[in-house]
Amino acid sequence: MTQETKDMTLTLGPVLFNWSPEEWRDFYFRIAAEAPIDLVVVGEIVCSKREPFFTPHLPDVIARLEEAGKSVVLASPILVMNKRERTAVNSLFEAGYKIEANDMTALHLLGNKAFTVGPFINVYNEASRTYLERLGAERISLPGELPITSIAAIARRSRVPIEVFAFGRMPLAISARCYHARAEGLTKDSCRFVCDEDPDGMQVNTLDNQAFLAANGVQTLSYSYHNAITDLDALAIAGVSALRLSPHSCDMVEVANLFRRTLDGVMQAHEASAALEALVNGPFSNGFLYGTEGFKAEGGLAEHAQALMS
Amino acid sequence: MTGQTLELVCPAGTPAALHAAVDAGADTVYCGLRDDTNARNFPGLNFSREELASAVEYAHAHGVKLLLALNTYKRAGKPEAWHRAVNDAAQIGVDALIMADIGLLDYAATHAPKIRRHLSVQAAASTPEAIRWYTDRFDVRRVVLPRVLTVPEIALLNKEINVETEVFGFGGLCVMTEGRCSLSSYATGKSPNMNGVCSPASHVRYEECGSELVSKLGDFTINSFPDTEKAGYPTLCKGRFEARGKVSYLFEDPTSLNVIPVLPDLISAGVTALKLEGRQRGRAYTSKVVSAFREAIDTASAGAVPAMPDLTEFMEGGKDTTGAYRKSWQ
Repeated sequence: MTQETKDMTLTLGPVLFNWSPEEWRDFYFRIAAEAPIDLVVVGEIVCSKREPFFTPHLPDVIARLEEAGKSVVLASPILVMNKRERTAVNSLFEAGYKIEANDMTALHLLGNKAFTVGPFINVYNEASRTYLERLGAERISLPGELPITSIAAIARRSRVPIEVFAFGRMPLAISARCYHARAEGLTKDSCRFVCDEDPDGMQVNTLDNQAFLAANGVQTLSYSYHNAITDLDALAIAGVSALRLSPHSCDMVEVANLFRRTLDGVMQAHEASAALEALVNGPFSNGFLYGTEGFKAEGGLAEHAQALMS
Repeated sequence: MTGQTLELVCPAGTPAALHAAVDAGADTVYCGLRDDTNARNFPGLNFSREELASAVEYAHAHGVKLLLALNTYKRAGKPEAWHRAVNDAAQIGVDALIMADIGLLDYAATHAPKIRRHLSVQAAASTPEAIRWYTDRFDVRRVVLPRVLTVPEIALLNKEINVETEVFGFGGLCVMTEGRCSLSSYATGKSPNMNGVCSPASHVRYEECGSELVSKLGDFTINSFPDTEKAGYPTLCKGRFEARGKVSYLFEDPTSLNVIPVLPDLISAGVTALKLEGRQRGRAYTSKVVSAFREAIDTASAGAVPAMPDLTEFMEGGKDTTGAYRKSWQ
């Protein structure tokens, strides 16, 4: 690894799943105490119906993270549709925390306040990046489907840190419709919060039993875990300065440790990848970074998978 | 509601379809250039610069407006095709550009300020605040609403904004919020935002498997049809999947959007324009669907309830839905 990778920081994305409020709180307490994470993004961004469960714990969680020396930003929801959800976005700003905006509703309401750009705002090119910089964006987390060639073009001459998604099931879509509810013959209004049964999302298989996607209420994610651990040098060369790790029920402190050690050059990427494999129940992919099918494993990740099979 | 009406905005993938749409009663036609600057970047489809110029001439001669969809996101490091499209469209004299990308909206507002700017559905602006973010900055005159809102939500939205809204009326139905979906690129490497395609035909295969016909998208099985069932196109989000031990159309059935049952409500909700999907469809689709909606809009504008036309042959799976316009869909 290089000086560039040593300088890269680790961001913990928001918990996307409907964990119990206590587990959710304790997860962050442990992150605060043990994980080599620089920036923590908190907040319920998937479903506004879940938000009231976590809000009571939010002040304690943020305080604990900040006491541990971590930067904290509060993320706005991915999809805002009705008056209640709009009011909720507005109330996010009242607490005075820095906001990671995930849609234009939040950007508009922010006015002149400082903000960061979340991965659900479509920054696909350097012109969009420049425009948001001019508006005062302090960092930009890029959409997951961008290849390294695009990431490099966007990061070139960027005045703000550019972050990419580096670990976890990749968020692929958001909808007005709840698929957990639909799978149980319910609707979003009458959902009974059945999404709380799947801490990493509900597995969706093809008819020939191939694991394909993971549903998380109104969100759809990849079944495979996006894993950029074998691409860290290339990302550093492309100008990426931060990596986003997305929380799962596996040992996220250890995930963060493995990324940190690899960035610092004290661990080889293939060793770290093998160690990640032991933590996670599911295949790895990084195809998006290579401009190919997102589910595929390419480059070092593919070589590593082949080495394991032989 | 008598006196209020809807502008009928119709698709044209080819010059022939454009003529058909104009002749069948379109108020406005939208089309795209033959490259990845638009979200129907399919082989054999779309317009050359010369064809676009003739299209504008034909449309204007018939009192019809012509819009150009530039609704993909500029490629990082390679914005030239998108910039050229804006400049050429200005010179040719199209009536508006339909765009989603912040960088492209900025370019058009700066370099071709005189052409009207419409916000594409691919920008998924679903609230008055999000809409104001775009209108304040890029002087957007019309917003195409994402297919996530109910009719009452649209009515409330229209009361809070002072910009025209356009909604989808018929055809292909995105189940996921538009412009925020990477399902297609996860399975095929090609996405609506970056390549202007979803579940592209280049990645579709059909395989005989016993008495079943299996449809695949890339490496993934999307559906399987017994010989008693008509095989449909494997659009990823309209596939049959297994979750929690049950096989179902988890995301959405193969079905098409059709707003005829809520047409009077959309007019009352203050919507300006109704868009028909289907630039990839043939001339027959354009003629029949456009005439049917011309008649339905004229009937509803006169204060009567429009009859349900038979458009079954043009519907995915031969079925239709009012989609997100009714709350029960969620």
